Amino acid sequence: MLVLECPYCGVMADESDLHGGGEAHLKRFGPGSSDDDFETYLFMRKNPKGVHFERWRHVSGCGKWFHAARNTMTLEVYGTYSAQTYEPPQDIIDAVKAKHPEWEGYK
Amino acid sequence: MRRYSAFAIAREGVRYHQGWERAWKSPTPKKKYDVVIVGAGGHGLATAFYLGKNFGITNVAIIEKGWLGGGNTGRNTTIIRSNYLQDPSAAIYEKARSLYETMSQDLNYNVMFSPRGVMMLAQTHHEVRGYQRTAHANALQGVKTEFISPQKVKELVPIMNINGPRYPVLGALWQERAGTARHDAVAWGYARACSDMGMDIIQKCEVTGVDQADGKVTGVQTTLGDIACDKMAIVVAGNSGHLAEMSGFRLPMESVALQALVSEPIKPCMDVVVMANTVHGYMSQSDKGEMVIGGGTDAFNNYTQRGSFHHIEETVRALVETFPMVSRLKMLRQWGGIVDVTGDRSPIISKTPLGNTFINAGWGTGGFKSIPGSGWAMAELVAKGEPGPLAAEFGMNRFTEGRFIDESVAAGVAH
Repeated sequence: MLVLECPYCGVMADESDLHGGGEAHLKRFGPGSSDDDFETYLFMRKNPKGVHFERWRHVSGCGKWFHAARNTMTLEVYGTYSAQTYEPPQDIIDAVKAKHPEWEGYK
Repeated sequence: MRRYSAFAIAREGVRYHQGWERAWKSPTPKKKYDVVIVGAGGHGLATAFYLGKNFGITNVAIIEKGWLGGGNTGRNTTIIRSNYLQDPSAAIYEKARSLYETMSQDLNYNVMFSPRGVMMLAQTHHEVRGYQRTAHANALQGVKTEFISPQKVKELVPIMNINGPRYPVLGALWQERAGTARHDAVAWGYARACSDMGMDIIQKCEVTGVDQADGKVTGVQTTLGDIACDKMAIVVAGNSGHLAEMSGFRLPMESVALQALVSEPIKPCMDVVVMANTVHGYMSQSDKGEMVIGGGTDAFNNYTQRGSFHHIEETVRALVETFPMVSRLKMLRQWGGIVDVTGDRSPIISKTPLGNTFINAGWGTGGFKSIPGSGWAMAELVAKGEPGPLAAEFGMNRFTEGRFIDESVAAGVAH
């Protein structure tokens, strides 16, 4: 079972206490943006085979949204971090790089 | 190809079964093909079959990174039905269901299609209204379904507890001509027929790159060398995003794990397929007597072909409530497959930004039932370069245009 540490309350939460929220760090587009931008924001997803950054919510706990870095091929978890950021923090990037030196980095 | 028949069995019986030939050839790839189909699952093989049968295009290679039918074609719960709400879905799934009816004869391969009936339980008042609406829509679409009473449900499935404490059975959407088929046989039957038409099925050959010039595909790089082609069809389910990336475009799609499990074999106790979407569980009994059980998808992206334990627990818990007798069954096997889910839970059969490249993907949790219809529509798209009536609504530009085929929200279906 997937276990993620909630960065807010520090609890090691089981998957059944969490709710997945899909790809993290989406750039939002609203009224007035182009059709392509709006489609990309709403529907296009990276869906990588490998390192993936996601949103999760600690539903049966503190109730807060947070981010997690995870591998979709191996199911390993590199770390969790606050939702108050537009891109993954350096220590998470370092943790991924430490395990996968060939990883091309967050883009 | 020697035909399979009762006579063939008798003939081989008197000569020690020495005369059976291999069902399909394992050729080395040629330098060039008219059409390269990536993915030798049900959909890829069906596409190849109808390219040959309906359009006479037989200079075709079907490339598979693993073994034929070893992905989701061999990992589903073999349910075939077409009781969809939206017209485009009902059309393509009904086409598929009708092709399943004569598939054994068409392919000269017994796919064991069993039109035993599929029942979708309504366990909330919302579901009752939803399924009544679907039954009316089906009547207009020419798909025979009916909304039946709890008493009729009990008559058809005596082992069901229709007075469950949490979710009593309030009725069901019943499609009598839906059913199941032997999933491996579908892939094997198509493979044998394709090979017989002179197509090359190349297994254990992974596509590693896509060659392009002037905005068109010119060939694929594979682990067995480069193969040139005029047209390419991407039919790879969970790995579609990966292939799309090689071809230089993105898809509105995510890959998640879907699980299934089977029990030990028991005596015949249920001769229809029952789906309970409110509680996320469905069950049928295989010809061997195993109860075949499926549930919902995992909630996160995954490529590992295994799923979360708590989803199995949820599924089994729901089924125990509806079918009290299964509570003491031992489960024999559990497995997962990677399904590609689109934003509106409907498939994509479409041209792509790369010229002469076509994609058939996004069947999500409803791939097996659609194999022949999907192959039929995809073959027309590949052969003519433009979608026919079955595929027209499933273009990938529907997401830009906001023209969804909204099955997930409107019908609340587990595919």
